[in-house]
Amino acid sequence: MLEIKNLHVSIEEKKIIKGLDLSINKGEVHALMGPNGSGKSTLSYVLSGKDKYEINDGTIDYNGKNLLELDVDERANEGLFLAFQYPMEIPGVQTSFFLKTAINSKRKYLGQSEMDALEFAKLMKSKAEELNISTEMLKRDLNVNYSGGEKKKQEILQMSMLSPKMAILDETDSGLDIDALRIVSEGVNKLRNSDNSFLVITHYQRLLNYIKPDFVHIIADGKIVKSGDYSLALELEEKGYEEISQTA
Amino acid sequence: MAATEQTIKQVNTLGSSDYKYGFSTEVDEIRPPKGLNEEIIKFISAQKDEPEWMLEWRLNAFKVFNKLPKPQWAKLNIPEIDYQDCYYYSIPKSLKDKPKSLDEIDPEILKTYEKLGIPLKEQKMLSGIAVDAVFDSVSVATTYKKQLSDLGIVFCSISEAVKTHPELVKKYLGSVIPVSDHSFAALNSAVFTDGSFIYIPEGVRCPVELSTYFRINAMNTGQFERTLIIADKDSYVSYLEGCTAPMRDENQLHAANVELVALDNAEIKYSTVQNWYPGDKEGKGGIYNFVTKRGACRGKNSKISWTQVETGSAITWKYPSCILQGDNSKGEFYSVAITNNMQQADTGTKMIHIGKNTSSKIISKGISAGKANNTYRGLVNILSRAKNARNFTQCDSLLIGNQCGAHTVPYIESSNSDSMVEHEATTSKINEDQLFYCQQRGLNSEDAVGLIVNGFCKEVLQHLPMEFAVEAQKLVTISLEGSVG
Repeated sequence: MLEIKNLHVSIEEKKIIKGLDLSINKGEVHALMGPNGSGKSTLSYVLSGKDKYEINDGTIDYNGKNLLELDVDERANEGLFLAFQYPMEIPGVQTSFFLKTAINSKRKYLGQSEMDALEFAKLMKSKAEELNISTEMLKRDLNVNYSGGEKKKQEILQMSMLSPKMAILDETDSGLDIDALRIVSEGVNKLRNSDNSFLVITHYQRLLNYIKPDFVHIIADGKIVKSGDYSLALELEEKGYEEISQTA
Repeated sequence: MAATEQTIKQVNTLGSSDYKYGFSTEVDEIRPPKGLNEEIIKFISAQKDEPEWMLEWRLNAFKVFNKLPKPQWAKLNIPEIDYQDCYYYSIPKSLKDKPKSLDEIDPEILKTYEKLGIPLKEQKMLSGIAVDAVFDSVSVATTYKKQLSDLGIVFCSISEAVKTHPELVKKYLGSVIPVSDHSFAALNSAVFTDGSFIYIPEGVRCPVELSTYFRINAMNTGQFERTLIIADKDSYVSYLEGCTAPMRDENQLHAANVELVALDNAEIKYSTVQNWYPGDKEGKGGIYNFVTKRGACRGKNSKISWTQVETGSAITWKYPSCILQGDNSKGEFYSVAITNNMQQADTGTKMIHIGKNTSSKIISKGISAGKANNTYRGLVNILSRAKNARNFTQCDSLLIGNQCGAHTVPYIESSNSDSMVEHEATTSKINEDQLFYCQQRGLNSEDAVGLIVNGFCKEVLQHLPMEFAVEAQKLVTISLEGSVG
């Protein structure tokens, strides 16, 4: 699915990612954990194609394609999804309209006809119910005056409606209370199957109690310093980043 | 086919960034020589078989025009206009002897309107909208005439109204925009060619949208539109106006005068989607759109609401205004002005509060991209008699790129102490993170800009009649193509 080799990234001359390797196969869930400033969010932006980041070295293969050559929207329409740490507010654009536009952009890219209004309404209703999102909220402007938790739920709703091949969750757990965390995690778990993959970026082991990863990686100073299975997350919780990074 | 579907279908064909209304129609035209003088004015008047009083009115306006300087207040770079190097009258030969029915109209002209999505033939007419189609200097046809006249509604070309309803024309023409207002108004009064005339009788609520579609076809020809709408006591009318022109390298002049009169308890809703040819990327060609639109709320509790979406023209100079004479009368102005490439717009409104308890609302959204300049210019004037007058103004500007400009010039004059005036203004750049967010959801950069800008304009677009709102949304996206990335 995703193969990152020797990735070096800088922003405004400052090196952030310094030789990162990561391989994610179909059906796998990987967790990426690390302290502030270790390069977690940078990686999510580089994968989704945000500009201002300079790729100094390395390759990223995504399903046989050179990911770095694709535009942001092409990557999205090829099934790469980023659940934002800070979702953007778009005033004047109704949430349901935004969802419909996103779905139809993808269908257009794939050479399919637009989803008909009834089918769309059904899909949105069922997915929103799973996430405990009210229909009233879908009528509001996208993310405008949403609480932190509502914004994160909205990201997961978008994800489940677009059903991506490769989903990156950038600190989706931050700002969530325990109930919202459970609902969001259940949403992610429902989506998991043998054809898609997840990269879950988080500070805390807590989220991983709900979304059980197949692999856990620890990133420090722009590199993956240790990889393991779920038990690594527990070890990290116990010892802290500093000790783990040193023993690596 | 429902009008909405039709509009969507029509707009869907506007895929690329090229101006899709840029074609011209091959028709033989009747055209007097270039130049502006009394002879031309007499020619126009004679062509229209106008009564003597109308010709005198025109000639007087021409005298006034010669004395007035060009208005200078706008922040626009207007090249010197050579009024002598322009044709003032141009009509297709086939329309010379007023066709009695659509079957007598040159099929080329009918085809033009079909291409524009405005079918005039009975079986294909837009449902819910009565259309008056103006081609260069003459009205081609007006649909739904019979159905409207059964209600006592007069909807015809102004040329026809001069002959059929002289008492109304005499009473109201020039009563809202005096001939001497400024030189463009005087010029229009001297040489106006066609436009629509509407009279809604007392107590009648017009059941359909009334609409005029203006098309400039001939080269080097000015179009001098004149529209007059009178809503008698307790009546209501919603009117919409659309405009396009072929792509031509030289500039063309469109100088319009539009007057609205609302009597006691009457309401007029006037919507414009202006999509004249804007010129090319380097600023070559395009329409000079110098428009004077003014409404008088003469009666108590009357209301006039202007909604405009201005996306076309090389230069737009336009201030749809309300004179709030009647007590408790209301004026509204909702505007979206988009300028891209080398386009310039100086647009806004004047709200003149004269009567007691009058209120006005101004929502203006200016969007600038490329090397364009966009100015909001507005006046809220509260006279001493206008006790308890209220105004709310909101002006938002959005910049796309770093070579364009947005300017806001609000004037507020209040002559009494118990009125309330509120003014809010913002200027922002299109947010890169919002664009990235939309693109991450699969929208290409142009669709992302379109979505964000449409959101920015929503407060205005929602005031357009349904059929126009869809078209306007697409138009917003199309006008900004090429502005990012």
